[in-house]
Amino acid sequence: MKLKELESCLQQVDVFEEPKILFEQYPTSPHIAACMLYTIQSTFDDIKGKVVADLGCGCGVLSIGAAILGAGFCVGFDIDDDALEIFRSNAEEFEISNVDLVQSDLCSLQPEAYAHKFDTVIMNPPFGTKHNQGMDMKFLRTALTMAQTSVYSLHKTSTREHIQKKANDWGVKMEVIAELRYDLPASYKFHKKKSVDIEVDFIRFSHT
Amino acid sequence: MKLLTHNMLTSHVKGVTQGYPLLIKATEVKVNEVEFNPEFVVKMIPKLEWSALVQAAEELGQKQDLPEQLVADYGKDEAFLKKVHRILLEVEVMEGSLKCPESGREFPITRGIPNMLLNEDEV
Repeated sequence: MKLKELESCLQQVDVFEEPKILFEQYPTSPHIAACMLYTIQSTFDDIKGKVVADLGCGCGVLSIGAAILGAGFCVGFDIDDDALEIFRSNAEEFEISNVDLVQSDLCSLQPEAYAHKFDTVIMNPPFGTKHNQGMDMKFLRTALTMAQTSVYSLHKTSTREHIQKKANDWGVKMEVIAELRYDLPASYKFHKKKSVDIEVDFIRFSHT
Repeated sequence: MKLLTHNMLTSHVKGVTQGYPLLIKATEVKVNEVEFNPEFVVKMIPKLEWSALVQAAEELGQKQDLPEQLVADYGKDEAFLKKVHRILLEVEVMEGSLKCPESGREFPITRGIPNMLLNEDEV
């Protein structure tokens, strides 16, 4: 499948009707999701036939895209049942049958939960701003224990140095694959501008 | 919830050391057709907790002739791989609950989604 086709497929994925600020629910745009997944598969061969986890899956755009690209099995984890409900109806709409959903709080998981149960973890974690400081790193920590091979994630470019330091501490290899502009529509009242561009790194973490 | 997912789930209620495997109490079970991918099944089998899978299948009345012990040389046994495929990916618990074997805490399954959230005093 070509990148363009994947992107137009993912435009059919429904997103949050009422995003919740507590969970920093920003949808991953079809464009960004398609670029991420296409690269993960074409450059690293980390989707096709793999067991994939999608952390903070929300409405499921990354999982659905992974399933379209031939993932063997994909599990979406999210704390919010409203998001999971939208995910479920998206999966039905797309007739995707090899995904499953689990409602759980990834921040309170014991470190060894799901250890190495997945080949690949993909995620667009909360950026860890506002009420959720440090949340992105908790997600990353969990993701790294779950994944046998690699973790693909989005992080604010402004935090790159901090993340690199953590990656070194944890003994994982970190590779910035792309610098993206994340066009964040003003979904919440505290966003005064119509939309803001945030600089975001698309990063691959791998166990060496 | 598919049984492949169940095979990975553990109860992490505070103080629990043996939260695995979760006992399934199902009130609604569906069997959905999923495309058979033999390579994937072959790849998954060594990663499974086989006895937990057999137990789960039994609890759902879906064990059929799934063997208690993993057969040797399953790689080319298509009939066996299809059975495993069915039990891992096609059998789905829609309504019911998962019970922690140690604490007895129950995690509800609603519309196919297990809710593993813990209360503050359980973390």
